[in-house]
Amino acid sequence: MSTLAPLVLLTPLAGFLINALFGRMLPRRVSGWVGAGSIGLSLVFALAILVQVIGGEHMDQTYFTWWSSGLFDVPFNLYVDPLSTLMILVITVVGFLIHVYSIGYMAADRGISRFFAYMNLFVFAMLLLVLSGNFIWLVVGWAGVGLCSYLLIGFWYDRPAAVLAARKAFVMNVIGDVGMVFAAFVIFLNLNVLDFGSVFSRVHQLPKGGTVINVICLLLLVGAVAKSAQLPLHTWLPDAMEGPTPVSALIHAATMVTAGVYLVARMHLLYDWAPQAATVVAVIGGVTALFAATIGMTQVDIKRVLAYSTMSQIGYMFLAVGIGAYAAGMFHFMTHAFFKALLFMAAGNVVHAFHDDQDIRHMGQLRRGLPVTFWTFLIGTLSISGFPLLAGFFSKDEIIRAALSAAGIEFVMGLAALLTAGLTAFYMFRLFIIAFGWEWLRDDPRHLHEAPPIQTIPIIILAAGAALGGYFPVANFLEPVFGHAVDIGTGAFIALALLTLVAAGVGFALAYLVYARRPELAVAWRARLGPIATLVEHKYYIDELYDRVIVRPGFALARFLNNVFEPRVIDGTVNGVADFFLLESREWRLIQTGRVRSYGLWTLGGAIGIVGLIAWTLGYLPFRSG
Amino acid sequence: MQIPAYSFLLLSGGIFTLGAIGFLIRRNPLVIFMCIELMLNAVNLAFAAISRYLNSLDGVVFAFLVITVAAAEVVVGIAIIVQVYRAGRDMDVDELDLMKQ
Repeated sequence: MSTLAPLVLLTPLAGFLINALFGRMLPRRVSGWVGAGSIGLSLVFALAILVQVIGGEHMDQTYFTWWSSGLFDVPFNLYVDPLSTLMILVITVVGFLIHVYSIGYMAADRGISRFFAYMNLFVFAMLLLVLSGNFIWLVVGWAGVGLCSYLLIGFWYDRPAAVLAARKAFVMNVIGDVGMVFAAFVIFLNLNVLDFGSVFSRVHQLPKGGTVINVICLLLLVGAVAKSAQLPLHTWLPDAMEGPTPVSALIHAATMVTAGVYLVARMHLLYDWAPQAATVVAVIGGVTALFAATIGMTQVDIKRVLAYSTMSQIGYMFLAVGIGAYAAGMFHFMTHAFFKALLFMAAGNVVHAFHDDQDIRHMGQLRRGLPVTFWTFLIGTLSISGFPLLAGFFSKDEIIRAALSAAGIEFVMGLAALLTAGLTAFYMFRLFIIAFGWEWLRDDPRHLHEAPPIQTIPIIILAAGAALGGYFPVANFLEPVFGHAVDIGTGAFIALALLTLVAAGVGFALAYLVYARRPELAVAWRARLGPIATLVEHKYYIDELYDRVIVRPGFALARFLNNVFEPRVIDGTVNGVADFFLLESREWRLIQTGRVRSYGLWTLGGAIGIVGLIAWTLGYLPFRSG
Repeated sequence: MQIPAYSFLLLSGGIFTLGAIGFLIRRNPLVIFMCIELMLNAVNLAFAAISRYLNSLDGVVFAFLVITVAAAEVVVGIAIIVQVYRAGRDMDVDELDLMKQ
């Protein structure tokens, strides 16, 4: 295993180097297959690791020391346990499928080698993030995925909107990176170590629920919230949809945005020790889930609806890890990776068929034109809505069940999650009905073209995952990490499952009624809700709020510094000093006459002066010193 | 008959003054050079005399050092004067003021 883990990491890096250094010389197809192949190879190694981990092996191996200075020692160590194995498997499986899909999706783009270079670099950084065994390399991976996210959102750098979105994502993510770095500082300050193994074993030296551990967990949470687009640092994710669709599928749905969930799960010993911080995690998750779901109900851009859906689903995961149901959170992470990557890639096919138009109101009735996309998208929609026996049903139920079995504020969050389950079914079927439609067109005058097999086969495989992923025994697999989950008994199990089913059923029925049966109702309800609907349609004006409170004052300060402070104070000081010496020198330089004899006189005078001074201080002159 | 040490110093001071005045009032670079030599040798004389007076060789060593440096300096100086002469300039230090400002 100690050789397999670096191999998992290094193959995407090799793919990145090949595409980054020689991409221009490679034929377009080769570029794509190098990119996808390197992830495929990585997947093979990850499967080999899985076999060994199932066999009960764990690993925390140090490969080399990056640097050491006194107490401070930064090893490069990889940490392989069921949790990181689950992560690398999902990353490589979903990553591989999305890379294959990208070969078709990006075939016509002139920057294809650049695209695959960035994608491979992303997978490398993400794998580093989940395999790292200490905080320094965790931060390296953490910042690395942020960088790749920035590069890929702004991939079409000639679109101003894409560049702005990339910048926004980067700034928001850096806020999180700073939180992570400070968390590492506080940990080192109090525990003198930075590798996970030692931190986990020493965390009990800190007082339980004390200030220190809560500060650590809250600082980590800042990083997690920024990366996972949770309230209040969520505004970058919808804008990130400016990037190519495979990027949205891989980075902004399946893997990177769930890094926050992984972080909390990885640090579960810390969060167990800081119940207050864990409650904050749960509340942020529950509120975000509900908040994002309501926005998702009003958006008309197919990718933005999916982006808000992602936020909402990650909110579920945060809720799960916040209340201590870590295995449930990771389970939902896995199923979500399947169905959300599927939904995004299917949406990409639709967007391609409509020539980059993303407005769902311009679509509809796609069953004949895009049959594979239609059916797979339906499977994804059913899965995320919690249709019985599909993947989303199991994982989401587990979270709601765990939350409703808790007490206090966590229970309230459980109710929010239950409500969100209904909203999820509503907005997903609203999206499906408007964008894909029920009706079957015998002759489609639009001549829509289904995507080539290289794009549909990965989607079909993911659809299988979205349908059957719920049967993977994830909780058992993760038991060595999180311990045994609480068993609530069969009766409660069925009752709660029915509860969520009813919620989802109501959501579906409403969507069907409003958007398929009686569209006039949608207009009427919209008018009746008035200001509330406007508020939600404008995403609660959070972007506008940040614009007023942070961006504009920031620009005003920058303008003040540029127009007033810089010319007056900084330039004033520098120029003032220069002017002073210029003025003085105008008089002093008169003594430089160019005449040797005048210099001679000055020299003689100076020499006499110095000798006189020495003589005076030594007392050889009649008028004595002192 | 023992010549007292201060008489050497008086002679040295006289020669030095002569050189300094010559340096300041003459305009021909060659004469100025000779005046510089005069000043240096006045100092050498003082070194030698005091060295003898104190029964120490330090002053003599210094005198040798001064002679060496003076020789090197003269080489450079004469070379400059020759170049100035070749350039067709007047042999007048007051006219050689290109270094001004």
